[in-house]
Amino acid sequence: MSLEQTNISVSLLGNEAAALGAHHAGISGAYGYPGTPSTEAMEYLHEVTPHQTHWCTNEKTALEAALGMSLVGRRALVVMKHVGLNVAADPFMSSALVGLHAGVVLLIADDPGMHSSQNEQDSRFYAEMAKIPCFEPANNQEAYDMTRSAFEFSEAHGVPVMVRLVTRVAHTRELVKTQVAESEKPLQKSKNPESWVLMPTIARKRWHLLLERQADLEKFAHQTKWNWVSDKASEVKVITTGSAINSYLENCDDLETAPSHLHLGFYPWPERMLRDFLKDACTVYVFEEGQPFLEKSLRGILPQDNIRWIGRLSGEVPREGELTPDSVRRALGLNENESLSPLPDLAARPPQLCPGCPHTDSYRSLNKVFNDFLDAPHLVTGDVGCYTLGALGSLKAIETCLCMGASIGLAKGASDAGFSPAVAVIGDGTFLHTGIPPLLDAIATNANITILILDNQVTGMTGGQPQLLPSSRLKEIVIGCGVDPQHVRSLQAHRKFEEQNAQIMKEEIAHPGVSVLIAVRECIETAKRKKRTEAQENL
Amino acid sequence: MKFDILFSGVGGQGVLSLAAVIAEAALDEGLYVKQSEVHGMSQRGGAVVATLRVSDRPIASALIPKGRASLLISVDPLESLRYLQYLNSESLLVTSVAPFNNIPDYPDIDQLLAQIRALPHSLLVEADLLAREAGSTRAANVVLVGAAAHKIPLREKSFHHAIAKLFGRKGQGVVEMNLRAFSLGQRAAK
Repeated sequence: MSLEQTNISVSLLGNEAAALGAHHAGISGAYGYPGTPSTEAMEYLHEVTPHQTHWCTNEKTALEAALGMSLVGRRALVVMKHVGLNVAADPFMSSALVGLHAGVVLLIADDPGMHSSQNEQDSRFYAEMAKIPCFEPANNQEAYDMTRSAFEFSEAHGVPVMVRLVTRVAHTRELVKTQVAESEKPLQKSKNPESWVLMPTIARKRWHLLLERQADLEKFAHQTKWNWVSDKASEVKVITTGSAINSYLENCDDLETAPSHLHLGFYPWPERMLRDFLKDACTVYVFEEGQPFLEKSLRGILPQDNIRWIGRLSGEVPREGELTPDSVRRALGLNENESLSPLPDLAARPPQLCPGCPHTDSYRSLNKVFNDFLDAPHLVTGDVGCYTLGALGSLKAIETCLCMGASIGLAKGASDAGFSPAVAVIGDGTFLHTGIPPLLDAIATNANITILILDNQVTGMTGGQPQLLPSSRLKEIVIGCGVDPQHVRSLQAHRKFEEQNAQIMKEEIAHPGVSVLIAVRECIETAKRKKRTEAQENL
Repeated sequence: MKFDILFSGVGGQGVLSLAAVIAEAALDEGLYVKQSEVHGMSQRGGAVVATLRVSDRPIASALIPKGRASLLISVDPLESLRYLQYLNSESLLVTSVAPFNNIPDYPDIDQLLAQIRALPHSLLVEADLLAREAGSTRAANVVLVGAAAHKIPLREKSFHHAIAKLFGRKGQGVVEMNLRAFSLGQRAAK
């Protein structure tokens, strides 16, 4: 199948559908940092257009590069998971002010239910805070279509546009029908680059303009086909947003009388449409994936005694976690389906480090240090990656997982408070992502911490994306930042060096300043994959 | 027509490959298909579950409501029992008998198999043995699809097309081996 063929149906993941939509919108670049549930969008584009698809150091640098592409007239896509947008929040908030030249779309994958994340923040709040539009696809066809619309909108109105996916759309596979592809935009520098100089005098004008533009956004919200009312006769009202409609549709045929139904796939929400829809309401159900973003605004804080609200705030819909056909069914007051009873006390099977994982060997050495040599209170901060699993099971080697790069700052803070020994454990990918600035902080005060970089030479958790820099450069970076070269030491993360590595760790933990240990061995899954590929090539 | 299937196993066991064969067979018949996949942390040796919904009408949710799965296919007997609330008294549970034992408290296998046999409709399959008979243990998942095929409202020919399409890239030998695995699975269900 050629990807340029149109009006054909392709079986795609939601992430892939959005990525193909961006490709067909004529993007010249895609930028991102891997993170579940967003990763497959970039991986798909990497297959289709390898030279235009760039894994970046982190989400902030990814967004900045995309904005640079827009500045010279070409469309760009940025891909990240919800918490990645926290990292990119600085350029994100101000990018709404600059007046984009070519379209920029942020594909953000939220993870309600925290299948593979540390929180379940709802990116719609970010879109509202930045005063930019947000599309929320309910399925993969919409992911494709809306991403294309998002580029058009971004260019027409000069603002970045968010496409918000959730895990259940990002990781669902179904057929998607494609449309005629657009070609790339010509290279043409913005004629109005001064709008990008956000010093106060200009920023105030740009902010004013952005606020004025909100009327256009809301006008679009009333006209777009993505926001609709199917029926408004009944005083019982159902409002669905994005993919929450799916759990409602699973159940609505079982309702005795059909409620009125309004659906939103585009924000800012259409205020007039909502007011009109709700004017004779007696009961209002609000189903949205994530936080009660719309529900909270609709309810407000003034009394509305004549309306019964049912949603995440009222408690009928669970306040946390992913919506399911079952949770929506309960909220609608329908009987549960007949089903077999679950078995109680079934042995749990939590995720764990793979057999033969180099991280396990590093953790065994670290635990040995504290068990055999230093029988005193100690702190081992951890970070985000496969190695976070070392907090569980028999290893119990790390004690924190807050956000990307936090291990080093947490250890420094503890050391500043007078606590020692403090060890920070961080992966090579995470270190490059956001680990270097806190290392500089630690060097600046010669904090008494030991940093253990677990260098498996890939971004493992998300499927083995290559590192931006070869492993051999890590040592140079650390020394270049200013760590005393005598206290930057490499270890081979292997069981046969367990004792030896523990000895080196012990020595460096005893050093009263910053030391960095780099434990090196390739991710076992990546090594296996390479072997398989080689075997196939040799056939 | 509406047919919902649940797949369970352990991350890394290729649960998605099971779903892919059936999804491809359904697409071959021009049906609507919606499939949910698992990525990320749980893939690392933890319990995983995937869904496949097939219908002659558009499908809303990728998730299967409780009690609505007609079929559950599991690559591990312990995992087959984790999602019983999605089955009803008519549903069929098909599982490989070979335990994937990567936890310290894996239950006694005989007791586990007895619990499975006690369900209204279950089928225990020697998937690994039959796969070896077909030519490679890697075909165990296709054996399970074969064993479940009689319950799925799709034509045998569609499964054959799906196997040819999915394994074609790896050569005719691999296709034939998987076709053998499929038919050994079918026979085991009789």
